[in-house]
Amino acid sequence: MTATPEQKIPFEQWDAPSGEWTLPGACPVRTNRTLLLEAATRFLFPVVLVFSVYLLIVGHYAPGGGFQGGLTAGLAFVLRYIAGGGSEGVEIGSRLRLRPPVLMGTGLLLAMITAFAPVLVGRPVLSSAKVSFLGVEVVSSLLLDVGVYLLIIGVVLDLLRSLGSGIERDAEAGQGERP
Amino acid sequence: MTTINIGMAVVLAVLYSVGFYLLMQRSLMRILIGIVVLGHGANLLLQLAGGPPARAPVLGTAPPAEFADPLPQALALTAIVITFALTTYLLALGYRSWVLTGHDEVQDDLEDRRIALSERPDGAMEEDTEGADEDTEDPGSAAASNEPAEIATGGPDASSEVSR
Amino acid sequence: MSTLVTLPVLLPILGAALSVIFVRQATLQRLIGIVVLVAVCVVAAVLLVAADRTGPVVVELGGWPAPVGIVLVADRLSALLLLISTVVTLAVLVYAIDQRISDYGRDTASTTFHPIFLLLSTGVSLAYLTGDLFSLFVAFEIMLAASYVLITRRTNAERIRSGMTYVIISLTSSLLFLTTIALVYASTGTVNLADLAGRVAALPPGLRTLLSMLTIVTFGIKAAMVPLHFWLPDSYPNAPAPVTALFAGLLTKVGIYALLRTQTLIFPGDGPSAVLLVLAVLTMVVGALGALAQNDLNRLLSFLLVSHIGFMLFGLAVDDARGAAGTALYIVHHITVQATLFLVSGLITRRTGTVSIDQMGGLARRSPVLAVLFAVPALTLAGIPPTSGFVAKLALLQAGAAGTVGTVVVAGFVVLASLLTLWAVVRVWIRVFWGADKEPLPDDDPHDELVIGTSKTSAPMYVASAALVAVSIAIAAAAGPLSAVTERAGADLIARVPYLEAVLG
Repeated sequence: MTATPEQKIPFEQWDAPSGEWTLPGACPVRTNRTLLLEAATRFLFPVVLVFSVYLLIVGHYAPGGGFQGGLTAGLAFVLRYIAGGGSEGVEIGSRLRLRPPVLMGTGLLLAMITAFAPVLVGRPVLSSAKVSFLGVEVVSSLLLDVGVYLLIIGVVLDLLRSLGSGIERDAEAGQGERP
Repeated sequence: MTTINIGMAVVLAVLYSVGFYLLMQRSLMRILIGIVVLGHGANLLLQLAGGPPARAPVLGTAPPAEFADPLPQALALTAIVITFALTTYLLALGYRSWVLTGHDEVQDDLEDRRIALSERPDGAMEEDTEGADEDTEDPGSAAASNEPAEIATGGPDASSEVSR
Repeated sequence: MSTLVTLPVLLPILGAALSVIFVRQATLQRLIGIVVLVAVCVVAAVLLVAADRTGPVVVELGGWPAPVGIVLVADRLSALLLLISTVVTLAVLVYAIDQRISDYGRDTASTTFHPIFLLLSTGVSLAYLTGDLFSLFVAFEIMLAASYVLITRRTNAERIRSGMTYVIISLTSSLLFLTTIALVYASTGTVNLADLAGRVAALPPGLRTLLSMLTIVTFGIKAAMVPLHFWLPDSYPNAPAPVTALFAGLLTKVGIYALLRTQTLIFPGDGPSAVLLVLAVLTMVVGALGALAQNDLNRLLSFLLVSHIGFMLFGLAVDDARGAAGTALYIVHHITVQATLFLVSGLITRRTGTVSIDQMGGLARRSPVLAVLFAVPALTLAGIPPTSGFVAKLALLQAGAAGTVGTVVVAGFVVLASLLTLWAVVRVWIRVFWGADKEPLPDDDPHDELVIGTSKTSAPMYVASAALVAVSIAIAAAAGPLSAVTERAGADLIARVPYLEAVLG
């Protein structure tokens, strides 16, 4: 039951990961870290994102859609924030390199363009058409859903920035001053 | 005309009364919860307006005659999103209020109190201020003031605010 | 043509999207805002002409026909109100842009102000144009959510208090609105306004009265009708001048518009409504007396706003074509004049450094331009003969005189409330513009958005206010054609047929 002397790695570290498994967020207070959550997030984050895209695509005929997909994707980011955001919230920001308002604006713009586009071909505003695309039937209102999807992700990221890390920063700056 | 079953009617009654009761409270947190509960009540009512429960209105899953009315569901979904967003906003505002004032109570309208208390120097206005005072007292009492006596005698923070 | 009806709703959203994307380019943001609003003005004018010549312009969104899909309808009333609201919004935007420039410098962009301002405009346009009760709820929510942001931006402790009151009251009224919609849907199975007109008539009278009263309470809170007015003089005065002007000009009037639309279309009565007449008298008198008691200039104007909501309720209560026409004309006049007064009050506050009437004095000598800018809309509000206020009040009085004994009595109260309004504005004039000179007070909190006493004003702020004064003079000058349009609009509202035919086909 004792470690053999010729073993290179000590026993406690025999299952240590070779790469960086936790999120690279700055987390000044080490005790606040939840290793379990960080590891789970590593698995869950891409899965949830893919699922959100699935919801976005099936939305026309089945339960789902841009709003639901966007919120699900937003939840993936919330998970990342909780796991690795720490008190700075820099983790998402530094990885994304995109300001949330721009994401919101792009989504809104895309949705508006899709709303107006039918007018160009003489159809009423907001009407949609089925397009056969590589053998797959796609509804043109999917673009509007993509716009909503982006908009909602932007909103969630903005909320994380202002209500999440913003409040944490406030709390840190004012530690001891608040009643 | 749609009728609802008694169980749902009781649930609605409870949600609405709890919601309105909490709205009358002085703490912002309770008001917020009141609005959330009231929102649930309104959304449930909207949902029930579509008639008794039936199959999900998704094409191909059931014969159309068995479908539930999809419109109230769509309306309720929209309304839920809106109430959710505004609740978040109110929460943020409550936090801001806490940061700025250090507590989360709904405060009195001090200008209102001041006018109600003021003794006008010019006698010409006397007749009117009486009628007007009655009216301006109304907002104060409507804003759920629990301790009007304390403010009338010039509570510590009231007097400091007025002098400012 | 029918695509045009969607533009007043969609263009501001497009503008909001663009100004969020170009969040760093301050000049571009301003340009987008102004271009969008000018475009909406043009569209609204075209719609008004079209609606007046050929009847209501209807668009079915997504090609879904009326009772199923959502329709947007521009009839005479909605096109007219849309036009005047957008003109006022544009003037307020110019004023606000310039105030921001003189306070924060030319290069200060904002992530929130411009997009939110445009979204507010979207909400107002949608509320005027929608032909669907639930879209009306959505429109109110867009408008109110935008207004929550505008009223609580860069808050200090005093303004968060009043903002909080505003948000909570508005949320409560929105939830009441939702309850009303649920009950309406449960009893009729539709939310389309035109469809409702037919189906509500078939309901038992008790249920009809309940639904009618619920809409009156819901929209009454938004319109600040006494006894549901208490939030308004508490929350409006603390916001920055352009925001207050916009709210005072538009938000309460959208409430009145919703009342006018639902009461005439869905719940047409037979003869004057006693409930509304009593509410109109209460609103007029309580508002005017409240104004006389105030010392804070903005609160005084807010109480006058409440008082004049009563005038519009009176026209609605008369419940005939003349009454509806009078209310429409009064809304047009009042949107302009109330927004102007709040903008000018903002200029006065910047000049004197205070909102307290007691601490002002002798302003007429120091700033004659400001005196003129205040005097014209103030006299218009009181309804002195050559102004648009007189024209609008005359239309209401004629409607009252042609009605029953009850409406004649209430018409007397209209005259009384006008006199009280005159008294209130004359008091302001004597104390603020005449009397001894008083030194401007310094800005007590330089970090909030309420920059006062710096006398940092620039020409466009005056130009924007003067433009609105000019609009109200133009309304008086064009009183003939305008009242002809509102009379036709009033006749349409009472007849209901043009609207129903246009929507249901």
